Amino acid sequence: MPKRKELITGRKSFSFKRFFLQWEWLLVLAFIAVNIFDAAISPYFLDMNNILSSTMNFLDNAFIVLPMVFVIMLGEIDISVGSTVALSAVVMGVFYDKFHTPMWLAVLICLAVGALCGLFNGMIIVKFKEIAPMIVTLSTMTMYRGIAQIIIRDQSGGNFAPWFKFLSWGYLGSIPFILVVFAVAAVIFGLLLHKTNFGRRVYAIGNNEIASLYSGIQIGRIKLIIYTLTGFMSGVAALFLSSRMGSTRSDMATGYELNAIAMVVLGGVNIMGGRGRMIGAIIAVFIIGFLKYGLGLINMSSQVVLIVIGLLLAVSVALPNIKKSGGKQRKTEEA
Amino acid sequence: MGKRTKNLGRFQRDWSRQVGLTLFIIAVSVAVDIRNPRFFSVVNLSDMISNTAILSILAIGMMIVIITAGIDLSIASTMALSGMVTALTVQANRGLSPMLALLIGLAVGVLCGGVISVFVVRFSVAPIIATLGFMNAYRGLTYLVSHSNWVGPGQMSNGFMMIARGKILGINNLVIIAMLLYLLAFYFLNYTRFGRQIYAVGSNAESAKVSGINTNHVLFTVYVIMGAFAGLAGVLWVSKFASAQGDTALGYEMNVIAACVLGGVSLRGGSGKLSGVLLGSLLLGILNDALPLIDVSPFWQSAIQGAIILVAVISNVFFKRRVEYKTLARRNI
Repeated sequence: MPKRKELITGRKSFSFKRFFLQWEWLLVLAFIAVNIFDAAISPYFLDMNNILSSTMNFLDNAFIVLPMVFVIMLGEIDISVGSTVALSAVVMGVFYDKFHTPMWLAVLICLAVGALCGLFNGMIIVKFKEIAPMIVTLSTMTMYRGIAQIIIRDQSGGNFAPWFKFLSWGYLGSIPFILVVFAVAAVIFGLLLHKTNFGRRVYAIGNNEIASLYSGIQIGRIKLIIYTLTGFMSGVAALFLSSRMGSTRSDMATGYELNAIAMVVLGGVNIMGGRGRMIGAIIAVFIIGFLKYGLGLINMSSQVVLIVIGLLLAVSVALPNIKKSGGKQRKTEEA
Repeated sequence: MGKRTKNLGRFQRDWSRQVGLTLFIIAVSVAVDIRNPRFFSVVNLSDMISNTAILSILAIGMMIVIITAGIDLSIASTMALSGMVTALTVQANRGLSPMLALLIGLAVGVLCGGVISVFVVRFSVAPIIATLGFMNAYRGLTYLVSHSNWVGPGQMSNGFMMIARGKILGINNLVIIAMLLYLLAFYFLNYTRFGRQIYAVGSNAESAKVSGINTNHVLFTVYVIMGAFAGLAGVLWVSKFASAQGDTALGYEMNVIAACVLGGVSLRGGSGKLSGVLLGSLLLGILNDALPLIDVSPFWQSAIQGAIILVAVISNVFFKRRVEYKTLARRNI
């Protein structure tokens, strides 16, 4: 039962129990557990340089997680991001290799292609509300990768300028450059979601789209912005990925969309929309990243890693519900 | 007059997708045949249909899942797992009867589907998340049981490979299995209580519950059925291509979902017809078959396929809007 004061003000009074029972704290615990686990199984893990440089291996995918939080917060989904990464990287490679544009221009083109792909998704989703976003992005997923295949066939491209390697392999002091960029991006996206009108509107749309339409929120514009942003960040991921791999191919970044969705959901964002926080998704990125890294350190085969991560996703989302289904009354109260 | 227009409206609403798809398929076929007359040869057509059989079998299961407003991303992994387990069993004892091999695959599929069911129904995990998780887990398991090796045609018995290659009355086994399953599913969905309950749960779970339908039971069964279809399809796939690999059918779930969507199954649940799904899978099958025939480079295929799906769903929206507009206009008079 809510207290009387809570009923009047509509705001829940602070309680330590509730504060620490939040999903994000569970994630922090999981994060610590993963680190202890890593440290226990491998003596090489607890080395600051190791830990920092291990982030280079998984952070490129994490750039997509940030905007994906927004998309899922809307109650929608974008599964074309992996293909967008491939297409924008391939286009960048072609521009640099074939048209001999300067590297900075190729980089800009990569970002622009990503944003365009996102804009195209957004326009169709907004214009034809009847089609589920999953279907739209399913077809553009096939299409974008197909265009990448048309452009580059089965070859690979990209003998990029030497400084381009710095993106994924460079250090600022002892901190990897990619980690710095990710931190900045994460802060920006976090502020955008939690501290701006835009973010509040995203929550509102996710909770009740029709109600937010009637309260004057320009749903179409917000969706368009978010899908474009998702495409743009896929372009960013493409930069870092092709910098890490040193080449671009049409089959790069396969499965990135599902990885990103998995991290967002593990981070406590409700797939139905309207609930969750940016920090959860960011912690989830590091949980999965370090788990993979640790399992890699003890030469655990990548198959087992697949199983562990798949089960982690399913079980972690099931966990709160296992407790809940014990008392039926509570379930109805929360619903 | 009134009754006739009403019937016409109903016809438009219920069958527009099927008519549109049929017209589209005919148009594509004729266009391809003009470029390359080999398209309408018996050999090519029978090849194409047997190539589409596995897709169309999976599309039945996926349709049922999507009707309940769910989705199953794990089927390709389930196929790989069941195919691998069956192939390994066949490799270990060559004398295994093909029927038994099919049953093993089916059992693996049912088991995989059952685990997903538990998560979706008992722990109320969103289907997309549960199946995403198990997509990874089953794929990993496939690599694990096979130790990342693959089973080639040399290690399989002839009888096993004949499952997908044999013919009954001149018709490929795969096509016969698909036809049987379609007939079965048609009866099951339209003429049994349980079939109707699936639609009820999909269109409105709350009211289905209130009217006495055990929604949990329905959902549970639906995912098990999907698993069974995927298990069966896995064996057929391995038998057809005579190889079981860790990455068997990787990404195939998207093709199956696309076939359903083309066939007019709404992701919001509650609606979808077998005829539509069959036409949807046929269209995808024709595209796969026809593009190489008219010398379209294989690199163009997925772009064209994606564009066609997009065009199909968008034109359907236009059509629906027009029908709705007309119905409204009629009501105003």
